[in-house]
Amino acid sequence: MTGSDTTHLLDVRGLVTAFDTSDGVVRAVDGVDFHVAEGETVALVGESGCGKSVTALSILRLVQAPAGRIVAGRIELGGTNLLELPEVEMRKVRGAKIAMIFQEPMTSLNPVLTVGYQIAEAVRLHRGLSRSDAWKEAVRVLELVEMPDAAERAASYPHQLSGGMRQRVMIAMALSCDPRLLIADEPTTALDVTIQAQILELLDSLRARLGMALLLITHDLGVVAERAERVLVMYAGRVIEEGPVDAVFADPHHPYTRGLLRSVPRLGRERGPLATIPGVVPKLNALPKGCRFRDRCDAAVAECASVDPALAPLGQGRRVACIVAAAHGGLRW
Amino acid sequence: MGRRLLRNPLAVAGGLIVLVLFVAAVLAPWLTPYDPSDFDAAHVLEGPCALHLLGTDGLGRDVLSRMLFGARVSLMVGFVSVGISSLVGVTLGAVAGYFRGVVDTVLMRFVDVMLTFPTFFLILAVIAYLDASIWNIMLVIGLTSWMGVCRLVRAEVLSLRERDFMVAAEALGMKPSRVIMRHALPNAMAPVFVAGILGVAGAILVESALSFLGIGVQPPQPSWGNILTEGKSTLGVAWWLSVCPGLAILITVLGYNLLGEGLRDILDPRLRSR
Amino acid sequence: MLSYLAKRLAGFVPLLLGISFVSFLVMAMAPGTPVDLMTDLNPKASPEARERLEKFYGLDQPLYVQYGLWLGRIVKGDLGTSFSRDRRPVLDKITEALPITLFLNVLDLTLILGLAIPIGIYSASRQYSLVDRATTVFVFVGFAMPSFWVALLAMMLFGEQLGWLPISGLRSLDYDSMSLLGQIGDRIRHLILPVGIAALTGLAGLSRYMRSSMLEVLRQDYIQTARAKGLSERVVVYRHALRNALLPVVTILGLSIPGLIGGSVIAETIFAIPGMGRLFYTSVLMRDYPVVMGITLIGAVLTLFGNLLADLMYVAVDPRLRNR
Ligand SMILES: Nc1ncnc2c1ncn2[C@@H]1O[C@H](COP(=O)(O)OP(=O)(O)OP(=O)(O)O)[C@@H](O)[C@H]1O
Ligand SMILES: [Mg+2]
Repeated sequence: MTGSDTTHLLDVRGLVTAFDTSDGVVRAVDGVDFHVAEGETVALVGESGCGKSVTALSILRLVQAPAGRIVAGRIELGGTNLLELPEVEMRKVRGAKIAMIFQEPMTSLNPVLTVGYQIAEAVRLHRGLSRSDAWKEAVRVLELVEMPDAAERAASYPHQLSGGMRQRVMIAMALSCDPRLLIADEPTTALDVTIQAQILELLDSLRARLGMALLLITHDLGVVAERAERVLVMYAGRVIEEGPVDAVFADPHHPYTRGLLRSVPRLGRERGPLATIPGVVPKLNALPKGCRFRDRCDAAVAECASVDPALAPLGQGRRVACIVAAAHGGLRW
Repeated sequence: MGRRLLRNPLAVAGGLIVLVLFVAAVLAPWLTPYDPSDFDAAHVLEGPCALHLLGTDGLGRDVLSRMLFGARVSLMVGFVSVGISSLVGVTLGAVAGYFRGVVDTVLMRFVDVMLTFPTFFLILAVIAYLDASIWNIMLVIGLTSWMGVCRLVRAEVLSLRERDFMVAAEALGMKPSRVIMRHALPNAMAPVFVAGILGVAGAILVESALSFLGIGVQPPQPSWGNILTEGKSTLGVAWWLSVCPGLAILITVLGYNLLGEGLRDILDPRLRSR
Repeated sequence: MLSYLAKRLAGFVPLLLGISFVSFLVMAMAPGTPVDLMTDLNPKASPEARERLEKFYGLDQPLYVQYGLWLGRIVKGDLGTSFSRDRRPVLDKITEALPITLFLNVLDLTLILGLAIPIGIYSASRQYSLVDRATTVFVFVGFAMPSFWVALLAMMLFGEQLGWLPISGLRSLDYDSMSLLGQIGDRIRHLILPVGIAALTGLAGLSRYMRSSMLEVLRQDYIQTARAKGLSERVVVYRHALRNALLPVVTILGLSIPGLIGGSVIAETIFAIPGMGRLFYTSVLMRDYPVVMGITLIGAVLTLFGNLLADLMYVAVDPRLRNR
């Protein structure tokens, strides 16, 4: 579909993840397509509740049954469809080939185990090291993430560490087994602004050093511009625009992306009033027919009410799910 | 609320049990042709039959009638003890939350102390002084089970007291006590009510245990507990004397617990989905 | 840890005072003077006993002085003398019966925990499965079951009908003539019914609590982290979730101690076990007030120390409370 014949590190096709709720079945992820190449940083952005975290959890097959389940799609890692792997094999992927960092460093570490133990545990599991070697390895990765007094800190419990330090522990844990892909789900949202920059810088430099790919989920478009090569924009369970960050930011094709970019104060655009996208995200169990963005769209045409647009390639690695934009080969807004 | 209750089948079952028992207790004299204390020397320890659906006891009394009248005892003990404990708990809790400071500290330490006593010990100790009678039992159970409600009401009153509009109300010359009565107490009523329903179950269990041990409701007044006592002495001979009252207690307590838990789920959304 | 212990123990002082005060009040509130009441209702109390009592309680003094005097004696370990025919010091009678009660309760608790924790874990990790549903039903029924009734039925079945197990006491009449192995077997056979029934009825509440605590923990972020590491579900549950799920169970354990101790009265009376519960029951029947008051007091103190034990366990499991 992308027209490229190189196999990507990660290839997600038509992913649908649904939850049973008291209001019926909710398709939190509803036909998501994207890929991540070796060593690249891809940003995943979108409003709260659009399905970013669920997408990330689906990749690791950590969506909690029985309420949640992956209904359709393929998730290929280096050519293997993860959705077809038996659970035992999938466990060898988690932590080893794909690692994940969560949003809340305060609650993402087990309060009754030392951080060293929690890191060493992964090392022992995936790299088969002995207890003492794994501990040494844990201390080494803590040093790698620039944890001060790493050897002592390894013996600390999470409550003895600050939020920034805990997130370093999470990063250390994620990197300890040398994964090919790191998924970071809003890794800095819960941190102080000053710490945020530090953590992102650390994450970026380690990614470059270790040559892994990074799927960075964030709300912060500034971060996207600074750190990512490509960006995926999600809306109500779908990827609606995709492309190189510079191109998308300079010239957004989808009306939603345009609105999203306008709603952020940016250098060089300071004078204009901050725009917000009118209306609210439709409920996932009561999506409108046709394009799911059309009720909030200022460019909608009559056809939008009947056609549910697919993500269509526009050249130069850009894709957009909007019939108006596609018809014009990309809109000039 | 009513509709949500109806959607919870366990709570509905509990409610039905409670309702049936209530009706049975009220209509006891009309539901059975026998007087529960009529001796019948010709029909001693007879098993269940058409004449005596649940058999007769060692004195030839109809067990079904005694069970029905026992239901009255259980019902009364349950509701009167819970009434007493709610009254004490709500009053002391409101006082502690309202006056705060020393009064609150003293009352709360008192609650701590009361909670340290094994309740059953305290009940027995008091019964050692008083005579065992249904009234004393109800009083003692009530006076030893108010602590939970007290804490609940205190927390509610305290949180209201601390809010800005109380200060405003006082500044406007409204009596704080009126505000408490108007707002805090109604707010606290839902959990107090749930605690009360569950408390009825607890009181019935305690009463039957006391009566079973011979220090509760005294024969010839029938209670499920003291029918069981006779069951104990005729263990191998008359199974119905030990099976029926026990089952009755089980079903009753189950009914109140199911109803109480169902109500709690509805009233406290945080606990739902468990 | 030590300073924590010291702080806790210091907190006990006002509580102990309160406990003694309530005990004293229960006594003082009884109609008539305690001595009138005791001697009137207890034909076994001789005039000497009456005199001794009046002195013991300092009845000529105002109430607070009486309380002070009484407290002074209690602190010295003098709980008075029993009204019963043997006229023994109350403390002696209690210390004789207490170990049996403690032993039984510890046994009950061990069994309850040993069963409730695995049951709770199992039904939490398979929420809404058949086993989980069955457990829920058992829990509701078990919770409503009067323990004395279950005891009665078990005695009827295993004692009378089947004749498998003894239904009273802690040892057989011919215990002394048995071999060592036989003696041990005899003890165990006597313990099966009382301990089994206590466990059965105690199990319901605790396994339910364990289940909901486990469910709560399994929803936490750090469990997701553990799974994202590639750990097997078994390691996630036992290494990562269990200790966290045990914390609230420890608390509830501390809170359930008074009920457990109180419940000894019923169990020991039914199975004729010479522990503190039965001593209490017989003392109530005979209106042996010094023993009644003594046991009430000791019951509260036991609860207090049980709570302390639960707290220490909590600290041991939760590093957040350590190094205070
Ligand atoms: N366990 C669940 N049960 C039911 N619905 C769920 C569950 N988890 C997620 N959802 C639904 O899926 C949708 C997407 O959730 P998700 O957490 O992926 O959003 P998000 O894009 O990560 O938002 P945020 O930026 O706030 O993290 C939400 O609308 C939510 O209602
Ligand atoms: Mg999210």
